[in-house]
Amino acid sequence: MIPLIRNEVVNKKLWLGDDEFMDMLALAQSAPGPISLNTALFVGNKRLGFKGSLFCGAGIILPSFIVILLIAVLFTQFKENPIIESIFKGIRPAVVALIAAPLLGLSKSAGVRLKNIWIPITVALLVWLLKISPVYIIMFAILFGISYYLFIKLKMKR
Amino acid sequence: MELMELYISLFLTFLKIGVFGFGGGYAMLPLIQREVVDIHGWITVSDFTDIVAISQTTPGPIAFNSATYIGYTSVTEMGFSTGQGIIGSAICTTAVSIPSLIIMTIISAFFFKLKGNPWMQSSLSILKPAIIGLIAAAALMLMNDYNFIDYKSWIIFGVVVVASIKKMDPILLIVLSGVAGLLLYPPSF
Repeated sequence: MIPLIRNEVVNKKLWLGDDEFMDMLALAQSAPGPISLNTALFVGNKRLGFKGSLFCGAGIILPSFIVILLIAVLFTQFKENPIIESIFKGIRPAVVALIAAPLLGLSKSAGVRLKNIWIPITVALLVWLLKISPVYIIMFAILFGISYYLFIKLKMKR
Repeated sequence: MELMELYISLFLTFLKIGVFGFGGGYAMLPLIQREVVDIHGWITVSDFTDIVAISQTTPGPIAFNSATYIGYTSVTEMGFSTGQGIIGSAICTTAVSIPSLIIMTIISAFFFKLKGNPWMQSSLSILKPAIIGLIAAAALMLMNDYNFIDYKSWIIFGVVVVASIKKMDPILLIVLSGVAGLLLYPPSF
């Protein structure tokens, strides 16, 4: 989806420069929520302020809203159908596979190395086995990151 | 009145999902599953997996898709009308977007100050590996008896993992697994 947005926003409409787009992308990825929404909100804000954000946000949400709403209305009627049930019995394990397969590649780009591999493993076990809410994981990760920075800075002053 | 309570509960839950939805996409799944399946029981684990399947085959982020879908089904399954379900759908989709709207408005204002900010860099150095852990948790949480009925489910899983690493198109893989489902689990009328 990112190359599509980039082509529209940078190459066709000239709303952002390429450098600006790449910087914005880094921030959009660090903020909570889908990257495509964050990108749309940033571009909207850049061009037209808060009002621009609202329009771009609505623009990016509406297509999937309509598609999924239609599916929801139809699917709830056919869900009990034995054919649909058979099809989904095959699809469900594939869904999990599609989540698991990219993990290795993603780990590399997220900077997971031997020295910090304990972080994803601990998080996965806490959330999966101990049913700790991801809310606490996110809050703790942010606080830990900030205190680690303070710790390094204090050490450097001495 | 009961409907109003459901609407408020849906709104607050998806607002929370929006606030803590770092990493987007699959990283948001454990939080969504925990809230809508475990805590509120609005949908079953199988339904939740089906929403993920639908998201993988349609454009648009999973967070919106699940908000739209759950907003509709949770309301209609309580016995309310289609129209009231559509309102529920709109409420959830709006709620999940509000945090992004606020945060991106602030980020746009402080764009150049935030760029390369050491506090943020340090937080991200922990957050990014943690997000990988959340995605792994998403897969583990869905590896349950509802989605993996027998050994045949594990064969489908293994084949799709390998095919996906070999860069086969995910939509094609979903379609093929649907066909496999029809053949391996013949429908009984």
